[in-house]
Amino acid sequence: MRNIGIIFRRELAAYFATPVAYVFIVIFLVLAGAFTFYLGNFYERGQADLDPFFGFHPWLYLFLVPAISMRLWAEERKSGSIELLMTLPVTQGQAVVGKFLAAWTFCAIALGLTFPIWITVNYLGQPDNGVILAAYVGSLLMAGAFLAIGACISATTRNQVIAFILTVVICFGFLLSGFPLVLDLFQGWAPLWFTDAIAQLSFMTHFSTLSRGVLDLRAVVYFGLVIGFWLTANAIVLDLRKAD
Amino acid sequence: MIETERLTKRYGNLLAVDNLSFSVSQGQVLGFLGPNGAGKSTTMKMLSGFLTPTEGVARICGFDIEKEPVKAKREIGYLPEGAPTYGEMTPTAFLDFIADIRDLRGAQKRRRLDEVISRLHLEPVLLQSIDTLSKGYKRRVGLAQAIIHDPRVLILDEPTDGLDPNQKHEVRSLISEMAADKIIIISTHILEEVHAVCDRAIIIAHGRILADETPAGLEARSPRHNAVTLRLGDTEAAEAGSALESLPGVVSVETHADGGMTVLPADGAELLPAVGRLALERGWDVQELQVESGQLDEVFRQITSADVGQEART
Repeated sequence: MRNIGIIFRRELAAYFATPVAYVFIVIFLVLAGAFTFYLGNFYERGQADLDPFFGFHPWLYLFLVPAISMRLWAEERKSGSIELLMTLPVTQGQAVVGKFLAAWTFCAIALGLTFPIWITVNYLGQPDNGVILAAYVGSLLMAGAFLAIGACISATTRNQVIAFILTVVICFGFLLSGFPLVLDLFQGWAPLWFTDAIAQLSFMTHFSTLSRGVLDLRAVVYFGLVIGFWLTANAIVLDLRKAD
Repeated sequence: MIETERLTKRYGNLLAVDNLSFSVSQGQVLGFLGPNGAGKSTTMKMLSGFLTPTEGVARICGFDIEKEPVKAKREIGYLPEGAPTYGEMTPTAFLDFIADIRDLRGAQKRRRLDEVISRLHLEPVLLQSIDTLSKGYKRRVGLAQAIIHDPRVLILDEPTDGLDPNQKHEVRSLISEMAADKIIIISTHILEEVHAVCDRAIIIAHGRILADETPAGLEARSPRHNAVTLRLGDTEAAEAGSALESLPGVVSVETHADGGMTVLPADGAELLPAVGRLALERGWDVQELQVESGQLDEVFRQITSADVGQEART
């Protein structure tokens, strides 16, 4: 635990030591706002809720979260510091979890900074704050799932661009796995239970449950499992390919 | 104590390290020598637990690096090739991070931090990001990181690479100071360094040990070991040369452009007494006389170039 904490603190500080953190947060907030007000018609709808705000999160995350996760391991490989980290007395699991938690906390900070929109909606009307809280939790869990995928992909390469693109593609697949775009790939040849299983993996369906205000245990467990699975894969990838 | 047994590393078809078995005990400074690509770094990466050996085992202070990696790694201070660090951090933050990971706490942590910072003269750059430092400072930050927990085993991959002569001297004396109660393994291709700090040298090429001796023992393998170089004032060089050549134990005599000559012995025989007597008998005006100990780099070339035709080995 102590080692996870030490790695976590170093990683989190690393975000703020470079302009990455500030660029990311500013872009995230600007885009989140622009989507909500312009594409989501926040005012015109005349409803005191944050549906237009949360509705765009999956798409924002699709491009912004891989931008955070791409450097997690690829940069360590590129600079050679992975050799330092892996020869310190820490286990791979500790390093994986510490790094992931730092990236997740960073996402949480960015997400937390969207609080003015919550103030706005409370100023304009009487929204159900329970629904909003559940949606925030769901959004954070989804960000965590995206990050875990990105962390694992990042560990497979020393090239951050490759890590970014692969992560976007895989996350896109997970987002839309309940939709024909993905399901049509399997329909016709794969057994029905398999296609159904793929459909169940969709981030979108689980996120929309949460963002409607239903703090459904299944959705929470689902995201927890996705995160656990990809972090385990991350540790395995590291073990198999420590050097490049 | 470091022990390796039949340590082997294969990258696909390429055999990088081939059945390396050796052991190093406390108080020894072992120098790894070899041409580029000989397997020095690969061996050190396996010893430090970064790479998994294809076959064989490495034990650090009794801990198998594969089976008990964390325990083994606690005993090691490791400077990887190129001294990688986290460039966006300052040396203060970086060393603080390493000290935490190495489980140093409270007063002991502060004491060790102060000690390595002053020992490696890092004071002027403590608050600058490591990315902006010169190569010499980066290397010294890497060294500070390796010794901060006062480990029993130090593995340093080219510790003086990129340092200026003064800094090289500093680092060598640092290594010599720490040598008594540690096991130190350094890799280098600077042969004078082996002479300066190591009491044992292993020459490897194509992943195999070609020589394992003291630096003096290696020098004794040189054809110039015990050779005598002398310069005569007004004596006829050709005449002196033929007289020297007829001495017992002499293989040949080289004449240099500056009028000096070197008498090469057979099998490292001692020539000085015979040469001295001859000079006295003939009444030569000897202006310079010196016994050569042999050149390490010559021995190195001789040993590593004899090992040819190994590329095809898989």
